[in-house]
Amino acid sequence: MLEIKDLHADINGKEILKGIDLLVKPGEVHAIMGPNGSGKSTLSAVLAGNPAYEVTQGSVQFYGKDLLSLSPEDRAHEGLFLSFQYPVEIPGVSMVNFMRAAINELRKYRGQEPISATDFLRMMREKRAIVELDNKLASRSVNEGFSGGEKKRNEIFQMAMLEPRLSILDETDSGLDIDALRVVAEGVNRLKSEQNATIVITHYQRLLDYIAPDFVHVLYKGRIVRSGGPDLALELEEKGYDWIKKEVDQE
Amino acid sequence: MSSEKQYIELYEKYVSLLNDKSAPVLNARRPAAAAAFAETGFPDAVSENYTLTDIPAAYAPDYGLNLNRLEIPVNPNEVFRCDVPNLSTLLYFIVNDTFYPYQERPLTLPDGVLAGSLKEMALACPELVARYYGGLADVSKDGTVALNTMLAQDGFFLYIPRNVVLEKPLQLVHVLRGDTDFMVNRRLLIVLEEGAQAKVLVCDHTMDKARFLTSQVTEIYAGANSVFDFYDMEESSLDTIRVASTFVRQEAGSNVLVNGITLHNGITRNNYHVTLAGEGAEVGLCGMAIADRGESVDNYTFIDHAVPGCTSNELFKYVIDDDARGAFSGRILVRPDAQKTVAYQSNKNLCMTPEARMYTKPQLEIYADDVKCSHGATVGQLDQEALFYLRSRGISEGEARMLLMYAFMNDVIENVRLDALKDRLRQLVEKRFRGELAKCAGCGVCR
Repeated sequence: MLEIKDLHADINGKEILKGIDLLVKPGEVHAIMGPNGSGKSTLSAVLAGNPAYEVTQGSVQFYGKDLLSLSPEDRAHEGLFLSFQYPVEIPGVSMVNFMRAAINELRKYRGQEPISATDFLRMMREKRAIVELDNKLASRSVNEGFSGGEKKRNEIFQMAMLEPRLSILDETDSGLDIDALRVVAEGVNRLKSEQNATIVITHYQRLLDYIAPDFVHVLYKGRIVRSGGPDLALELEEKGYDWIKKEVDQE
Repeated sequence: MSSEKQYIELYEKYVSLLNDKSAPVLNARRPAAAAAFAETGFPDAVSENYTLTDIPAAYAPDYGLNLNRLEIPVNPNEVFRCDVPNLSTLLYFIVNDTFYPYQERPLTLPDGVLAGSLKEMALACPELVARYYGGLADVSKDGTVALNTMLAQDGFFLYIPRNVVLEKPLQLVHVLRGDTDFMVNRRLLIVLEEGAQAKVLVCDHTMDKARFLTSQVTEIYAGANSVFDFYDMEESSLDTIRVASTFVRQEAGSNVLVNGITLHNGITRNNYHVTLAGEGAEVGLCGMAIADRGESVDNYTFIDHAVPGCTSNELFKYVIDDDARGAFSGRILVRPDAQKTVAYQSNKNLCMTPEARMYTKPQLEIYADDVKCSHGATVGQLDQEALFYLRSRGISEGEARMLLMYAFMNDVIENVRLDALKDRLRQLVEKRFRGELAKCAGCGVCR
């Protein structure tokens, strides 16, 4: 579904991604790990279309479409979802209005009629249950005054609402206590199917105890320097990143 | 003094006509106003408070005036259908500056409440009107107020006696009509006696393509412990110039909310003067402006904390798009004796394009030492991170900008104390941001 070839990207003229290659197929879970500053969040931002970043080289195909030529909203319509590391607080925009607008734009893209009020409310109720998100939060402004855990659960709630084909979870575990982590991970697992795929970006192995990856990649200095199975994550947990840094820097 | 000259000559030539077609109470104020106007003239761009709005240029064209009070052939009931749902109002019309006397159905008012033509009321109850008319609108300070006082012949008068509550909101619709460039001078006089309560919604609509200059002077007397809401909403046209001054005097324990809303306009200058004259008086002074194309919105506010223990809460928000311009100047004076004053002022603005201009000037003058005062002013762009967040969920850029602009205005709308109007305002603001003309469905005025 996703094929990244030799992807280079800049922010403010500084090159962060220096040639990423990655192939993701339906049903797969990929973990992207790496030390701080290696470009993990940049990769997710570039895939989601954050205009702050500039792609200077390479290509990304998503179900045969040139992903990089699509606007952020059309990437979402095509089934790409980014769970933000730092979900943005938007005072004055209610979760209900926000989600209704998102669902209806998606339906419009697919040539469907806007969702009826009753269907929408039922959908909100069902999806909220997946991440145990309080009804009170759903009636508040987007992320405003939410705790760290609530913000992350809200991300997975939105993912459940939009039913993406590819979800990118950017440091979803950061700032979560163990209970919140479990709720979030269970939500992600419940949404997993043979048709969709997940890219889990994380610094620690901890999240991978809950969301089992099929592939693990190590990102360092803007490149994927190692790829392997779940064992690679365990090895990193045990030995840290220094041995990889050393090996790569020698190469 | 070129643009002043035509008005001085006009006044000298037609003063008897002006007087014949008005009421002695209004006429009594003319000579002093004319003298003050001849003395001070219009405020020009050099005077610090009028840097954005060029008043002499606004008054320079040769506008027509309806000094003869000829009836304008229009039935506002036919052309105006305001559809604020669930908002049942006592509805009155002013066509240009003439009160429209025909009611489709007679309105029932509580005992002692007077509402209607200022001129007719001034003829019927001259002593009552004379007690208040011109008492707040100082002609010596501002040439536009002097000129209005010199030329105004009619307008609206509302009187609420002691402890009477006007349950239904009163809606006053101003309709601007004309085939040629036209000037309108109207007066609103609102008096609430002790313990009285009322809500007034004023809607400005422009009906024709002609150039209009509307000058409006409003005087509001809020008696002790009275509660009053004043919503002044402009939905005019690019060719309309509005110069409006609102004067409020509040006695002890009174609670007044003034909300000035500019949705569509040409050039607008609003002055608000609030005097907190009795202890424990509280004022909420809010405003919002949405301006695009060549529109210009300029609000000047002055809150005078004259006595101890009063509260003022001021919030003005602007969204400026295209090459529109906005200005806010907010002066708060806390006099030496006005201890225990609480005064908050906030002005927040969004400039949507590099060409959009916003000028903001908060001014707090505090001469008392036991007060809580704060002010803040911001000018910024839409939050790019929020914009990206919304877009990443599939919301188009246009829709996302709309949602954020709407959210930005939300807290001004939240200050509205009339639920039906609040709902209606949300719709109007949303429509406005969608680029649709903010209009009431089926409203012939905005068509």
